[in-house]
Amino acid sequence: MAILDQILQIGFFAAMIRLAVPLLLGTLGEMFSERAGILNLGIEGIITLSAIAGFLVAYQTGNLWLAVLASALVGMVLGLVTGVLVVTLGLDQTVAGLGMTITCTGLAYFIYKLVFGAGGTPPSIEPFKTIALPFLSDIPFVGPVLFDQYALSYLAFILVPLTAFYLRHTPGGLSLRTAGENPLTAASAGVSVAKTRYKALMISGALMGLAGAFLNLAVFNSFSLGLVAGRGWICLALVVLGRWRPLPCALAALLFGGVEALQLRLQSSGFIDIPYPVFLMMPFLITLIAMMMVSRRVHAPAALLKPFHKEER
Amino acid sequence: MRFSLEPRVSAPIWLNLALPVAAVAASMILCGGLIALAGANPVSAYAIMLKSALGGRNQIAETLVKAAPMILTGLAAVVAFRAKFWNIGAEGQLLAGAMAAVFIGTQPGLPTWSLVPLMLLASIAAGALCAAVPALLKQELKVDETICTLLLNFIILYAMMALLSGPWKDPVSGWADSPNIRMDAEFPILLHRTRLHLGILLAAVAAAAVWILFKKTTLGFGIDAVGENPRAAMHAGLNVKRLILVAAMTSGALAGLAGAGEVGGVQYQVLASISQGYGYSGLVVATLARLHPAGVIPAAVFLAAITVGADEMSRQTGVPVYLADVIQGIALLCMLIALIFIRYRVRIRVRAAA
Repeated sequence: MAILDQILQIGFFAAMIRLAVPLLLGTLGEMFSERAGILNLGIEGIITLSAIAGFLVAYQTGNLWLAVLASALVGMVLGLVTGVLVVTLGLDQTVAGLGMTITCTGLAYFIYKLVFGAGGTPPSIEPFKTIALPFLSDIPFVGPVLFDQYALSYLAFILVPLTAFYLRHTPGGLSLRTAGENPLTAASAGVSVAKTRYKALMISGALMGLAGAFLNLAVFNSFSLGLVAGRGWICLALVVLGRWRPLPCALAALLFGGVEALQLRLQSSGFIDIPYPVFLMMPFLITLIAMMMVSRRVHAPAALLKPFHKEER
Repeated sequence: MRFSLEPRVSAPIWLNLALPVAAVAASMILCGGLIALAGANPVSAYAIMLKSALGGRNQIAETLVKAAPMILTGLAAVVAFRAKFWNIGAEGQLLAGAMAAVFIGTQPGLPTWSLVPLMLLASIAAGALCAAVPALLKQELKVDETICTLLLNFIILYAMMALLSGPWKDPVSGWADSPNIRMDAEFPILLHRTRLHLGILLAAVAAAAVWILFKKTTLGFGIDAVGENPRAAMHAGLNVKRLILVAAMTSGALAGLAGAGEVGGVQYQVLASISQGYGYSGLVVATLARLHPAGVIPAAVFLAAITVGADEMSRQTGVPVYLADVIQGIALLCMLIALIFIRYRVRIRVRAAA
């Protein structure tokens, strides 16, 4: 019994990390654009459309890494499109972002139905396998939880300190932060606010693309219409909970990976006799409660949602 | 040669009417590429859409049936957005309204005459309450209302599904849909031998009411003032918090009413698929209407026609029905871009070579 408990726990924590990865990638992506002053509300749609792009490539070629690349590229292009709308044209970020989500989600479903038709069994691919790191994965408990993950998971977690370093210690990071806090200062220091914001949006889109790739190449082995299921919106909240900083954002993502793992476990355990949608609701409800607890104490980047025009200097 | 944008004080009226049409046309031209990609002829596909959405008495009735919830969610977005309160929660508020309508509509003890009015009132109250939550959370705890309403959409959806697979589950068949409302709770049909029900009239009345609200009342004026500049509104002695709460609740009430229409006029029960994204379509409708209550009606009828038309077009040509969603999304983006031309005039300057 004790052994069974232990296996269950290892399984639970490994699942928590696996489910945290898409949230982490999406959250880091959203954080990138928000730190530059752009709310990327296209997130839900960008993840969905880049997920189907990756899935199609994997389905056609069988090459998973090519699929990951395709997802990241599609995400990056969508970030670029968002840039045209909200940076160059200065459109309202909330409505334009939702427009991106409606368009991209519709397009993803359109493509899925076009390629795979309506009925029959949903198409699937041979998904990524976990890679057990030599020696490290032999450490009891910690090994199987942390060091027997997918290559993309390792990449996602390595990105956290890299992002933190980039934002804090590089000239590019400084321009990005200044564009989000005080674009006027950035512009008078000779930094192109528009270019900086474009760059941030493209990185943002690429990370969201990776989140999409991970969802249907590792977590699940197929694309389905409910694949993303509001995870993008949860990422938006996680950026707030993580106070727009990489490390706290990563912790928030881990925490909610845990919530999702717990939700799935409770759902399948049949232990508590309540309708299953209650479990599906859990991550959203807990996210909202967490937002209620922290929102008073956090501060968004000062120039978030504000378009910047050089002429208005 | 150089293009530049110059702000203008007022736009000519024809531009106000032409831009939404141009935005939708641009979107349909762009989506023609998708139809071609799917192996169909765009022109004939659009012809099928037009014919099956507006080509006859029954077709027009079906389009109006779909337009009713879109008018209401469009109005919901208009009221909230004019106060700059980003209520993206019309989807959830609609579901709450639908649940409230079923709750009332299935009560055996209520007198027959009271069923429909009580259903409407209950759905209005449910929608308003659901929209009060993000408004109060914003004011008291500084929770961002965009994120809050997006999360609430999922919370309400799963709450509804829990009801459907729990207390409301059909004990015999095990289907996940609610019991049917009483026959007397069904909305009257306006046009014989069609599905056109009371909902479209309610939507039109609501549009008129919102128009009067903003045109004639101090409340509407206050909401506009808050949206324009909350600080100035506060200094002018307006109760900004209360106005935002009222705008949010009015917005939610309108979305909730859309839910009653779907229950009372179309489904007679709650199903998991009761809203086909009407809450999100409302955002598109409101933007195409430039947040004007009168513009909401043609915008909603247009989007409804696309939705109804896409169904039949998909059946005949095999082009996926999701084309309708893409048209809506791109139309929204095109309209936002088109709005630049209302605020600015494009000047073309030819510069002498330096």
